[in-house]
Amino acid sequence: MGDILIKNVMLVDALGERGPVDVLIGEGRILSLEGGEAQRVIEGKGRFLAPGFLDLHAHLREPGQEVKEDLATGLRAAVRGGYTDLVSMPNTNPPVDTPEAVRALRKKAQALGLARLYPAAALTQGQEGKTLTEAGLLKEAGAPLLTDDGRTNEDAGVLAAGLLGAAAFGLPVAVHAEDASLRRGGVMNDGPLADLLGLPGNPPEAEAARVARDLEVLRYALRRAQARPHLHVQHLSTRRALELVREAKRAGLPVTAEATPHHLTLTEEALRSFDPLFKVAPPLRTGEDVEALIEGLLDGTLDAIATDHAPHTQAEKEMDLLRAPFGIPSLEVAFPLLYTELYRKRGFPLKRLVELFTDGPRKVLGLPPLHLEVGAEASLVLLDPKERPVDPKAFASKARFSPWAGWVLEGWPVLTLVEGRIVHEALE
Amino acid sequence: MKHLLDFQGWTRAEVESLLDTARVMAEVLERPVKRVPALQGFTVATVFFEPSTRTRLSFELAARRMSADVVSFAAATSSLQKGESYKDTLLTLEAMGVDAYVIRADAAGVPHQATRWVRGAVINGGDGRRAHPTQALLDAYTLLEALGGLEGRKIAIVGDILHSRVARSNAELLPLLGAEVWGAGPPALLPQSLPGVRLTPRLDEALAEADAVMVLRLQKERMEAGLVNLEDYIAHYQVTEARLKKAKPEAPLLHPGPMNRDVELEGTLADSARSLVNRQVHNGVAVRMAVLYHLLVGRER
Repeated sequence: MGDILIKNVMLVDALGERGPVDVLIGEGRILSLEGGEAQRVIEGKGRFLAPGFLDLHAHLREPGQEVKEDLATGLRAAVRGGYTDLVSMPNTNPPVDTPEAVRALRKKAQALGLARLYPAAALTQGQEGKTLTEAGLLKEAGAPLLTDDGRTNEDAGVLAAGLLGAAAFGLPVAVHAEDASLRRGGVMNDGPLADLLGLPGNPPEAEAARVARDLEVLRYALRRAQARPHLHVQHLSTRRALELVREAKRAGLPVTAEATPHHLTLTEEALRSFDPLFKVAPPLRTGEDVEALIEGLLDGTLDAIATDHAPHTQAEKEMDLLRAPFGIPSLEVAFPLLYTELYRKRGFPLKRLVELFTDGPRKVLGLPPLHLEVGAEASLVLLDPKERPVDPKAFASKARFSPWAGWVLEGWPVLTLVEGRIVHEALE
Repeated sequence: MKHLLDFQGWTRAEVESLLDTARVMAEVLERPVKRVPALQGFTVATVFFEPSTRTRLSFELAARRMSADVVSFAAATSSLQKGESYKDTLLTLEAMGVDAYVIRADAAGVPHQATRWVRGAVINGGDGRRAHPTQALLDAYTLLEALGGLEGRKIAIVGDILHSRVARSNAELLPLLGAEVWGAGPPALLPQSLPGVRLTPRLDEALAEADAVMVLRLQKERMEAGLVNLEDYIAHYQVTEARLKKAKPEAPLLHPGPMNRDVELEGTLADSARSLVNRQVHNGVAVRMAVLYHLLVGRER
């Protein structure tokens, strides 16, 4: 006797699409793909089942900025978006830079019983870019990676030492790759449109220059380390920086990279509205950059789609474009957005898309793949092809606004399970 | 026309109609009693999130000369950083029954944002580097007065084009009236491109055979940011008597003010007969009367 039976459902994971099958779930695992008795039966016809998603990059704002988001709202938003696992960024107040802070977040998240939280820890104390944190103790406390995200790593020597230190414990070091001195006060992509709109530009070269530098730092760390360092480039946004990562991967460098839903679906043209909703770092780029990123998703230059979910208050996003904070919330729309815009509209392979939400990010963290097989952990998401417009007012996130408000999307998560337990349900 | 934010999407006919109204308003200002009842019962708010005395006075005078009630809100930029919101300020004014908002801000786009919050007409009184449409209208009005027409005329804008809302608005407006607009300045103060403007780092090229020259203010903060060296700027980009010999004889000089004498413009030129600076300020009132009239009365016709 199982707990849940999902009948007539198509399966999709990094291995491909198959089915329909009857998936029996119990004891936190997939018990059978051939049906069986269960306490609850869910009709899966027309729907498809995927492994639970893993987000490598979300800002949940706790501790210190609970006015924007907290663990409860952020992790509820996550499960509504089909995420069963999530890496939170450490740029909180104070920053997460001690094993105690990592443990406290994990404990609190476990008690919530929503998505599983992996609190990333700061690479440097206070994220000040000077003194390294204790990589080994942070790893033991449960940190999945180290990063000073929110800030840029201006000191190359500190980054090199950080990569060497993290390598000993198999921890990736994730970087927000922008040269701050070249970026200056830029609030949108630098170029003819920024010139026309009279907004300070953040040049694509600021990202490319920093990625180039970080790859050289990685080469140095690789040569010096007795263990293998791992550099993870966050939210790649430009064609040029993507090419640099592609070359580095071909040369065998231990580098991985992610792209965000907004950089894959929006361009700088959105800034014509002068709406700070579209203010994000790195900035929205050009159509040419979007095409390059999609190519990078296909050819493996990009390993994962990560949200960079960055909630702020409505009032903060109603300041002007110079003063409003950077960031776009997206946990609740990321998958349906890319399902619709990439798979449905452009024929991007569904198997690869699902991989970019599952095995791709899992591999970045060194987790084993998760496929829909008998015995596999029942951390799953049931997706519905029915169309529905994005309604930010219904978000679980405290940030109830969205650049995609009103976009009609398909592929909404209607059921999310973590180890066989229902954490989100929106079945009709 | 519901708002005046910039000149994107404007036609020549719309601009000419507005300038025609401005000429009527200019006649009103020549009368002994410089007041008409055109906007009686309307309320105009000047909402200056960035301080500016002359633009605010010009708008307030324009509104009063048409018998509108005027309320004035002035906030230092610092109070915004303390958490005061644009939206709340504007909604407060809306609740008091304001019909038109003249908005000035140091950030591009604030007037655009305001149109999403208030029902009244929004007039851009200057937003960051983006636009200063009434300045461009008064520049066009003054140029037409001096030159007779703008078709085929070469207008040179000199100085910090990159950071200038005046340059951007003129770049949109003057070509609509047939002018050929050039922009000259040091490379670090030029945009990569600006539709409607031929950009050059060579001042002589922009001044050559120019029918009129518009000189922009060089702001101290550009020097502080290391974008330009003051001595170098004065040596190569100051508009002087000698350099103006390249332009057409008697080509008039414009400046949006406030002026740094002997920085961007040779001091003696500012006082010369070629300078239209006071004429610009004078025409500003009539032009702003026309804008208020078109937005508040014109749209109900």
